[in-house]
Parts: sequence; structure tokens; C-alpha cells
Amino acid sequence: MDVLSILIDWSPYIVAGIAATLGLVLIALGIGILLGLPMALGQVYGSRPVRWAIGIYVWFFRGLPILVLLFLFWFGIFPGIGLGDLPAFVVGAVVLGLRGAAYQSQIFRGAIQSIGEGQMIAARSLGMSRFIAIYSVILPQAMRIALPGWSNEYPNMLTDSAVCYAIGVAELLTVTSRIVSQTYLTMPIFLASAGIFILLNYGGIKVLHGVERRIAIPGFGSGAV
Amino acid sequence: MDQIAFIFDILLPALMQGLVVTLKLIVWSAPFGLALGIGVAAGRQYGGPVLSRVCKTFVFLIKGTPLLLLLFILYFGLPSIGITFTALTASVIGFILCNGAYNSEYIRGALLSIKDGQMIAAQALGMTRAQAIRNVIMPQALRRAIPGLSNEFIYLIKYSSLAYMITVVELSGVGKNVATKYFIYTETFMVVGIVYLALVTITTVAVNILEKRVAVPGMNRAAAAQL
Repeated sequence: MDVLSILIDWSPYIVAGIAATLGLVLIALGIGILLGLPMALGQVYGSRPVRWAIGIYVWFFRGLPILVLLFLFWFGIFPGIGLGDLPAFVVGAVVLGLRGAAYQSQIFRGAIQSIGEGQMIAARSLGMSRFIAIYSVILPQAMRIALPGWSNEYPNMLTDSAVCYAIGVAELLTVTSRIVSQTYLTMPIFLASAGIFILLNYGGIKVLHGVERRIAIPGFGSGAV
Repeated sequence: MDQIAFIFDILLPALMQGLVVTLKLIVWSAPFGLALGIGVAAGRQYGGPVLSRVCKTFVFLIKGTPLLLLLFILYFGLPSIGITFTALTASVIGFILCNGAYNSEYIRGALLSIKDGQMIAAQALGMTRAQAIRNVIMPQALRRAIPGLSNEFIYLIKYSSLAYMITVVELSGVGKNVATKYFIYTETFMVVGIVYLALVTITTVAVNILEKRVAVPGMNRAAAAQL
């Protein structure tokens, strides 16, 4: 069948596209955690100006469409601050990450706030500093509570990463439309690409559910408490 | 050129035209997306084994595929097998499918939260299954689903921008064209972003009012706890 042989001919490009898509997703999720967690802590424990500033950040990045954010940073902000030479891949990953941080911070914030205040008081009365109490009492519990909600960020990020097509990142959707324009096998190629996205999506979710089970503490969790 | 003059004399009038297209996309997609969501959720929950399997597969496929790829399939893909839509129609169909699939998940969750006893009681009063779903279960479930559905509506506002990728010149499309013509990128996309923020914020306020309007006294959990 010629569709299959075309897919095999193009397989190096497809593999590169999958790698770029997964790269975007993993880097963006990483940036999201690195920024989102401190933002959540700032929103719970920070002073009023800190909470206010983080609130504005979250409102802005959650309120704008990903396409507009990509255009804003790719055409406007990065060239404006002298970073116009950055490759599209980097800009895409950073924008997805900055936006992901806004979403993730709210997942972490909810989890931190779900830990009873008594735990902080108890930890402090045992002589822990505020920092140690957050690090070794609050966060180990909060992160486990946050994980199911956080797992939803993966499929969202994966489907949003396709919008990086708009600024020319050579990810899976860009590769797909390139193959379509070269081979004119429109539907089979699009459907194959959808199939790959679906596999990546549910495969990743499976992995995350595995992680959830692995780090679960017996007797601690929504079902038991 | 003065930036203030650019924004008020050139950008905003142009964006108004784009806003009309964006609103058209949303107004056409949202009601059908809600209807599809209700249908799929009911089919999954109360349909026979075949129907519920079909609904489940539909949600699985749509949620797994990026919306942009779905739009490409509808606009660039389907003509190759003889089905041609205008860009606007293709976008609306894509948004309905996507919005419907996600809506159905919230409605299904709400349906599951309505106790079985209500169905039994309704049938004991002589209602058919369909009547019970329509008059007893759905009115309660839809109220419970409002927060989730309003979230999806906000996503619809934001993802309507993807229609630009299949040549519908809506709000962000107009912004892109103006920015490219005048080489003013940051300000243009900031203003475009503010228009989206305004739409999202208005929606949030409207949903809060709607939720209070349709609330049934004593139905929600907080009120139940006080009893």
C-alpha cells in the first residue's frame, strides 16, 4: 500500500517531528513546575504585593489564547528585548512553559491550601523553621494531592504544542502538513498524524497514572481520608 | 507614528471587524456544543452498549487530537474525499466537536452525581425513562455542570483564535494582519490580548449571575449541609 510506503519514506521526518513535539511538552512542563511551584507558595505564604503580582500574571497568561501569546512573544517581545535570533522551538517551549506555569500554580495552590493549617502550626511547635516545615511537611503531602490534577496538564500541553505550528516550529503538525503538501495524500496522512497524537496522549497518561500509584502512601489519599 | 494614534485610529476599528467574526464563531459553536455535550453524555450514561461505546470512542478520539489538527482535517482534508466546507463552517464544526466532547465529560460527571433513587422515584410516578432524564435528572445535572461548562466556554473563546490558521480572519487574524502591515507587534498583540481578556472576564461575571439566577434554593450542597 502506497500510504504505508510513503509513511516509511518520511519516517525520519516524522520521528523528528515527534521528538520536537515531546521536547516542547517536556521542556514546557518543566518550566511550568519550576515557576509554578514558587508562584503557588508565593500566593499562599507571600506578602500582599507578591500575591497581587502573581495574581496578575496568572490572570494574563490564562486569559490569552495560546496563539496570541505565541505571536506576542515571537514577533513582539523577544525581538523587542534583543532576542530575535532565538529559534522558534525555544520560543514555543518558553511560551508554553510560561503559560503552563500560570495553570500549574493554581493546581499547586489548591493542593497546598488543602493541607490543614494545623500541620504548619504543629511543625513550627516542633522547632522547624517555616521553610523546613513547607519543604518537609507541607510539600510532600501537597505534591501527592496535586499529581492527579497535574497529570491533566500533560494532555493539555500536548494538544496545545501543536499550535506552535503557527510560528514555524518543526513539530509533528508542521511535519504532517509538509508531508501532505508534498505527497497530496491528504486524509491518510492527517489521520495517521492524529493517530500518533492520540497514542502519545494516552501513552503519557498511562505513564503518569503509574507514577501516581508508585508514589502513593498507603492510607493517604482522597479515598482513605 | 504616534502609538496612541495607531491604537485608536487604526488598530481598534480593525479589531472591531475581527471581533464580529470571533463572536460569530462563538455564537454558532456554543449552543450546538452544549447540545452535543448533553447528547453524548446522555448516550454514554443511559444509551445501550453500542451507543455508549460510540459516544465513549468519540470523546476519546476528539480529546486525543489537537484542535488545530482537527481543523486541518475538516478544512484541508475533507475536500480530498469530496466534502467541502467554507473556512468559517469548518471552524464552527471543529469547535462544536471539540466543545461537545469536553462538555460531555462535565455533564456526565454531573449525571453520575444525581442519585439513582431519583430515577427510580420518577419511574415509580409513571414517567418513562426519557421523561425522567429530561424532567428530573437533566435539570439538576446541568445546574451542577455550570462551573465546568463555563470553563469550556472560556476555552472556546480562546481557541476560536485557531480559526485564523485555516484562513478565517477573526480577532487574532486581524491583529496579525495589522501588526505585519505596520510592523508594530508588541502593542498590537497586547491590545488583541486585552480584548480576549475582556471577553473572558465578561463571561466569568455573566456565568456567576446565571448560576445565581437558575439556582434552586436548597439544592446545592452548602444549603443541604445547613439543614
